Amino acid sequence: MSDTREMTLEEREATIGGIGTARKRKEDARFIRGQGNYVDDIKLPGMLHGDFVRSSHAHALVKSIDTEAALKVPGVLAVVTAKDLEPLNLHWMPTLAGDMAAVLADKKVHFQNQEIAFVVATDRYAATDGVQLVEVEYEALPPLIDPKTALDPGAPVIRDDVAENEEVGQGKRHHPNHIFEWQVGDEAATDAAFEAADITISEDILYPRCHPSPLETCGCVASMDAVNGKLTVYGTFQAPHVIRTVVSLITGLEESKIRIVSPDIGGGFGNKVGAYPGYICAAAASIVTGHPVKWIESRIDNLTSTAFARDYHMTGELAADKDGKILAVRAKVLADHGAFNTHAQPMKWPAGLFNILTGSYDIPVGHVKVDGVYTNKAPGGVAYRCSFRVTEAAYLIERLVDVLAQKTSVDKAEIRLRNFVQPEQFPYKSSLGWEYDSGDYPTALKKVLAAVDYEGLRREQAEKREKGELMGIGISTFTEIVGAGPVRNCDIVGLGMFDSCEIRVHPTGSVIARLGTKSQGQGHETTFAQIIATELGIPSDNITVEEGDTDTAPYGLGTYGSRSTPVAGAATARAARKIREKAKKIAAHVLEASVDDLEWDVDRFKVTGSDLSITMKAIAMAAYSNVPEDMEHGLETTDYYNPPNFTYPFGAYVCVVEIDRFTGDVKVRRFYALDDCGTRINPMVIDGQIHGGLTEAFGIALGQQIIYDETGNVLGANLMDYFLPTAVETPKWETDFTVTPCPHHPIGAKGIGESPNVGGVPAFTNAIVDAFAHLGVTHMPMPHTQGAVWRTLNELSLNK
Amino acid sequence: MASQKISLTINGEPVEAEVEARTLLIHFLREERRLTGPHIGCETSHCGACTVDLNGKSVKACTVFAVQADGGDVLTVEGLAKGAELHPLQEGFVEHHGLQCGYCTPGMLTRAYRLLQENPNPSDEEIRMGISGNLCRCTGYQNIVKAIRYAADKINQAEGAEG
Repeated sequence: MSDTREMTLEEREATIGGIGTARKRKEDARFIRGQGNYVDDIKLPGMLHGDFVRSSHAHALVKSIDTEAALKVPGVLAVVTAKDLEPLNLHWMPTLAGDMAAVLADKKVHFQNQEIAFVVATDRYAATDGVQLVEVEYEALPPLIDPKTALDPGAPVIRDDVAENEEVGQGKRHHPNHIFEWQVGDEAATDAAFEAADITISEDILYPRCHPSPLETCGCVASMDAVNGKLTVYGTFQAPHVIRTVVSLITGLEESKIRIVSPDIGGGFGNKVGAYPGYICAAAASIVTGHPVKWIESRIDNLTSTAFARDYHMTGELAADKDGKILAVRAKVLADHGAFNTHAQPMKWPAGLFNILTGSYDIPVGHVKVDGVYTNKAPGGVAYRCSFRVTEAAYLIERLVDVLAQKTSVDKAEIRLRNFVQPEQFPYKSSLGWEYDSGDYPTALKKVLAAVDYEGLRREQAEKREKGELMGIGISTFTEIVGAGPVRNCDIVGLGMFDSCEIRVHPTGSVIARLGTKSQGQGHETTFAQIIATELGIPSDNITVEEGDTDTAPYGLGTYGSRSTPVAGAATARAARKIREKAKKIAAHVLEASVDDLEWDVDRFKVTGSDLSITMKAIAMAAYSNVPEDMEHGLETTDYYNPPNFTYPFGAYVCVVEIDRFTGDVKVRRFYALDDCGTRINPMVIDGQIHGGLTEAFGIALGQQIIYDETGNVLGANLMDYFLPTAVETPKWETDFTVTPCPHHPIGAKGIGESPNVGGVPAFTNAIVDAFAHLGVTHMPMPHTQGAVWRTLNELSLNK
Repeated sequence: MASQKISLTINGEPVEAEVEARTLLIHFLREERRLTGPHIGCETSHCGACTVDLNGKSVKACTVFAVQADGGDVLTVEGLAKGAELHPLQEGFVEHHGLQCGYCTPGMLTRAYRLLQENPNPSDEEIRMGISGNLCRCTGYQNIVKAIRYAADKINQAEGAEG
């Protein structure tokens, strides 16, 4: 072996491990050894523990809170109530949606398990002992559980505090339980299209209340350094900088005196975007006691108080011609937001990006109206592994297209091909207001149909039907809108939804990069390094990526809504390119050549038509020792990226199910998922994201629901009752891809994390309903539990 | 609260400690011994994030009292690697992208460790059944199955070579 042999081009590229490489993950080294650092792993000297007294009622006045017995428990130091927080003005907090939410119940409780008092003790056992002994006296009020009755004239008023307000942060409202009304599209033209159409279909569809339920619950450790006046909060924050700004606004502390740290996060899926009472109470308790205070949610607390998702009661309609060509779409939605409007969406979008409702289809006209209402349920409305209400919209349109196919007797694949936005129509302006940047839907669907032998499946289905067996084939051809987002469209508490990356190249040619996002398992330490590796020609292994510490990372809006790669990933590429531009000037200086004569070659600049070259590693050293006279030393920069548009990942999924007609058991025989997320940074990580998202979709479609009885009791808020699929039920996934690069993203990437959840759920429902389609069934309620499917079988007497 | 002396072996090291009778094994390991690999995900024995090995069986340490481990032999994820040398399971999880957020990983690894003692050459279906007490919200399990398969093959090959 020769030490001096020059590496070939391929070897140099392989050494870099850049974009397109299935690079093993850098973060794995600590996790496989049990050396991750999650918030509950943090133990600070003198640290106290807090736990909540929670409401047993859904709706009641709090007449008194007796803390005497609790305070006698050895180790209990304090029991904090709203009265204690009021002088600090911390008993209520502003939500990310412009509403207010109670930190601790102020005179009344609005949902079961609402936080009433915060018991602070020397250890978690003593805190729990204290919680048991706090006596709360209630005067029960009539609960309002069914959102369909929320706007009735005599409905119980849930929010006395805002009953008289003309708005609660998201536009005019017309009832004390009304939160907002949001409309988009051309109502008159849509109505006219429906009047004139040969065929119309209408379906009432509930996307039930479910919960992201990451394996790690929410929690924090707040630590006030009284000497230096600095508050540090370690916590499960998907958006640490936003939390810092919100904490500053709430507490009045200067932002420079607040440090928010997101350590390793055990999954987020939207659960960890918002600000919760636990964070505020821990911070307040630390400020008052001078000790660090830890708060960690239990699973029951998690499922009943922080961040439910969906709960969209939708009526969707399509107008079409006899051949199934869609002429118009119309939707009315009743959105149950629970007791406080704490959904986490860009603030101008009370129903998120629901107007992606046109999906992958060229629909000339449409109209959408969404009304948000309060009920006596936990607050939330977060995006559970999806971009702001996109999954509800995708579910509705994919269901409606299937219903239309059945009504017109057009095949479910064929009706999609007839209605797709065609590749040559991009950029495509949708009738509900978006400009889709790129896509090739027919190619994607045709590839999948060929892969699964769709026609063969339909033949098999027909044979099975002859024999009385139930087999269903579900198709979902979804389009997402992710990467929030353009600052003109998107802000949270006034903060534009740009994102950022700072890159520093060290003298010996290694790199540290910091971003405004925060991985919760997505693998940013690996994939963002790959972007820099390709752009700078520095091996990925020599690039450290850090996120989540507001004292060091540049300001960013965090990780949710598949925005990290579209926004912070773009900032990363742009920052690297700025560095490469400077490096080029240094290269010209060192090589005594003209900048115009230099060309980039994987990991170096070379002088065109000569052997002269200088590697990025050598340029890095020169940046600290030998720069042109008019240049600053160093090789570092920061980029704040405001994307010109959202990105529009899409996919084509086919799901095949067989249903036992006696028991209602649904067996997923095959699931084939083709995704197009534009440029693929790390195929291994992409496949992992798709497997995980599809498994969540499977859970949602077949079992997840947070159910309340008529008095507001949560029925089954633990993992016995709330369905998280195990390895046994989870189907096997087959993945595939096409690549349609995003035209406005520096490296053409679109984001992938949420597509499989968004596109997967309708594929399951469509497959299950398709099994009954020959019997005239167009709708079955989600989740499709065995019991629910059995009820359909029983109604149709198929189980006899 | 009454406390009690216990002595046990944790990852091969003898340990003596005084614990409250009600202290859960998971809290003893995490907070007293600072072995924070095993995690807490549900408190009701469903998620398996707290799985450790106790006397040759997988247990969920959030529903076992520390006093029940008195005289016992405990293995946590921290005890799987031998110095810098990873256990084949740990290698497999990296090779096959068997983890994402990492929160279920320590429990999943210690469960898989015991599974391969119980059944050194499991089929994919047996692996799935064998880890069905451990929930993962990120991976969809498919790559975890591959990772365990990788480890089984590697261990079996090594033993075949020795034998």
